[in-house]
Amino acid sequence: MKTLIAIILTAIFSLVLGIYFPWWSIAIAAFGISLAVSQNSLAAFSSGFLGVFIAWGLYSFWIDRANESILSTRIADLLPLGGNPAFLILFTAVLGGLIGGLSALSGNFLIRPGKSRRDSENYYQNKFGPR
Amino acid sequence: MRLFPFLITTTITVGLVYLLNNPIGNKIPMALGAFVSPQHGFWQNAEPINHDFNDTLSIPGLRDRVAIYLDDRLVPHIFAQNDEDLYAAQGYIHAKFRFFQMDLQTRAAAGRVSEIAGPSAVNFDRSQRRLGMVYAAERALEEMEKDTLLKKVYDAYTRGVNAYVSSLKPEEWSVEYKILNISPEPWSNLRTALLLKMMAKMLTGGTENDLAYTNAKAIFTPEEFDQLYQRVPDSLSPIVPKGTPFARPAIQPVIPASADSLYFNPKKQVAYNQTDKPNPNNGSNNWVMGGSRTKSGAPILANDPHLELSLPSIWFELQLTDNTGTTYGASLPGSPFVIIGFNDHIAWGITNAQRDVKDYYEIKFRDGKKDAYWYKGEWTPTQLRLEEIKVKGGKPIIDTVAYTVFGPVMYESSFSNPTTHHENLAVRWTAHDPSNEGRTFYKLNRAKNYRDYVDALKSFTSPGQNFIFASKSGDIAIWQQGKFPVRWHKQGIFVMPGEDDSYRWQGFIPQNENPHSLNPARGFLQSANQRPVDATYPYYIPGSYITPRGISIEQKLAAMNGIEVDDMRRLLNDYDNVTGRALQPVFLKYTRENDLNADAKRFLQIFKDWDGQANPESKGQTVYQVWMDSLKTTIWNDELHQVSPAAPMPDEQILTEMLLRDTASVFYDDINTPKKEGLADVLTTALNKASLKLAEAEKNNKLEWAKFKNTSIFHLLKDAVPSFARRGLPVGGYGNIINAITVSHGPSWRMIVHLTQETEAYAVYPAGQSGNPGSPYYDNFIDTWTKGEMYKLLIMKPGDVTHDRIKWKITLSPED
Repeated sequence: MKTLIAIILTAIFSLVLGIYFPWWSIAIAAFGISLAVSQNSLAAFSSGFLGVFIAWGLYSFWIDRANESILSTRIADLLPLGGNPAFLILFTAVLGGLIGGLSALSGNFLIRPGKSRRDSENYYQNKFGPR
Repeated sequence: MRLFPFLITTTITVGLVYLLNNPIGNKIPMALGAFVSPQHGFWQNAEPINHDFNDTLSIPGLRDRVAIYLDDRLVPHIFAQNDEDLYAAQGYIHAKFRFFQMDLQTRAAAGRVSEIAGPSAVNFDRSQRRLGMVYAAERALEEMEKDTLLKKVYDAYTRGVNAYVSSLKPEEWSVEYKILNISPEPWSNLRTALLLKMMAKMLTGGTENDLAYTNAKAIFTPEEFDQLYQRVPDSLSPIVPKGTPFARPAIQPVIPASADSLYFNPKKQVAYNQTDKPNPNNGSNNWVMGGSRTKSGAPILANDPHLELSLPSIWFELQLTDNTGTTYGASLPGSPFVIIGFNDHIAWGITNAQRDVKDYYEIKFRDGKKDAYWYKGEWTPTQLRLEEIKVKGGKPIIDTVAYTVFGPVMYESSFSNPTTHHENLAVRWTAHDPSNEGRTFYKLNRAKNYRDYVDALKSFTSPGQNFIFASKSGDIAIWQQGKFPVRWHKQGIFVMPGEDDSYRWQGFIPQNENPHSLNPARGFLQSANQRPVDATYPYYIPGSYITPRGISIEQKLAAMNGIEVDDMRRLLNDYDNVTGRALQPVFLKYTRENDLNADAKRFLQIFKDWDGQANPESKGQTVYQVWMDSLKTTIWNDELHQVSPAAPMPDEQILTEMLLRDTASVFYDDINTPKKEGLADVLTTALNKASLKLAEAEKNNKLEWAKFKNTSIFHLLKDAVPSFARRGLPVGGYGNIINAITVSHGPSWRMIVHLTQETEAYAVYPAGQSGNPGSPYYDNFIDTWTKGEMYKLLIMKPGDVTHDRIKWKITLSPED
């Protein structure tokens, strides 16, 4: 549930920030949401990734439909994606998602409780028994 | 926090963002992250099919409101209350649809391609600077701005352009900016001047062969040289009808006493090839039929300029209306006015004059340094101009160019790699002289009759053009107008001595002595880049003339009566290969069939069956053309390669007449073999050689002319963006045929104007109004052009707002 919220919020804020700031503000959005929603690290990466993946994927798909793939067919040939608009949309979504995921993960490592000396002592005790 | 993991992932993230925010090596020129971002990158240029172009905005400097109506072909119909506002609006609209083109073309004209393309463009940039392109634009600008009316016009145009450009956020820039990772540069009047000089170079940069001729005189006797390079073809259909008398020349030039030893001397050679020579096919057709020849009794004018075809096109179609009237036609993004078109009273069109207006002078520098040259008996200081060429991914290059009384010293040992000679050659080019061509177009756009037309042409100096004309009152006319030097016989076709003024041009042909004609008895006029006059014209006028199309057009027009618009459309699309048809019997008679290889025999049969038309499906046309190209090299190469750089190939018309009349010419002989070859030998050899290429094409199912020719129209960035091109268009024709479509060169604009009371006009060009590869209007005219069809033009009147072809309105208001 938290993850779902994180995904949706990441998607929304990526697009909102993108109105006013350069493209890499998706990193800021994903980082920010990940600070606010505590999850485990895998969930954080996933929600950052999926949030931007969905935002960029849907938006580019919507643009492409209205344009009847005129430009995407051309660009998909320019970047070697075989002239296939679907690949280009996928590429867009994945690229954005990657940035989103890594940013969210960074944010997650910032808020996750770190390993203290006490924790490492507990670890030895749990593994090998008291000394 | 998990410090260590945090630092690692943050570093990776920031690193990845940085990587995607900049070009990566040479393969990825764009900032990939920004490029694919739906809100910032190329996706923003993917125009919705049903995009709404309605808009209301204010731009600085307007005096009154301007209404711009866009029709269903995205042609703007601009309605302003005065001329300044009109041209400000034109600037705005040009920028809106074509700014990248304007930006790129003028940077290229200024020799600034290396900034974008890196070191591979340095030679081109150096060539542009040394030719004096920026110098020419600066001088033109000075002159343009002395004219108060024109200065207001250019200022307004620049304001309009910049109003658009400055309103853009980076995500709204054209997709090419995003690909190249550069930003739009503001417009200026200088850039308008640069655009005009780009046209001048396109049309007069390649109409002389002086460097190559200088070497050719070493291997040919004066008689041979004349026969190959100077003869006025017997078959010429000149622009000014044969038999028109010419006035006694106002200026009689005097040949210098030293000419035999210092000029005609075959030993005087140069080591240079002309760099970056424009396409010699940069020509065009135009013709005009007077009322006596048309069904309606009203004149019909047709024009198709032949230029490199590109996406977007060099032309932009629009209609301009202010308080003095309306003009409709093709304009050049980067310049105000309609360049080819019509108004409520007249129509006009242009073809290239092909005249030689560029000469070379040999300069002697002092002590191998460029600061002084020997002139009129003393060391005269040069003006050194430092040209800084910025190079992407490298250090800027400073090229120092010395300017003399003749012009810039373009060729010297530091530019080009001479073999044994180290001549320094200065360029004298009419495009360097101050001029105000804009005034011509301003007036022509508003001209009401023949007198206005002649008056408008007064200010036109470069590049020389054949202005064809028709008026509703029934006049038809043509005038080859430009600043043409008065030459003594053969002056300027070789490099001239530059140590004093004895070889300088002794004047310019007065406008009224330039070739022209008004209302000839035969009732029609035409020009197709041929020599404008027959040999009785009293001036020496070298040029790179193209003869066959004029012959073809004249023959066909002379045979027509009761002409209608559609007859003209069909003539513009004519595929008749006059040259090929004339040569067919000669080729068949003299080729030794028994000495042909098996493939060649087959192709000969195809050639026998050929109907002489360059249709898209024709195999005979392919056989003919490949055979003819092979024949040219077979006949000429042995002679031409006796010098280095090689002497120029004689014009095709010379060869054609030779093949038809002189079956025993000495030129058929290959001078490198002991045998004395004749016409039969060269024809047979040529077909055998040609059969290799033809067989290859046949194997790939590309023997049909359109498939073989593979006519393609490329984006301005050419190979960098192959998917922005339109390739393999099913069209026939060739450079020497009326429908002059070669590989990526041809009719860049086709127009027919029927000057009935209510003007009827048709046009098409092979591109679209929008320069955006993401727009459905990028290339939507190409299919119509390919099929040989044309659009009926909407000549909008103010009351036509409710016309069903009018789709959108842009309102420009003054700033308050």
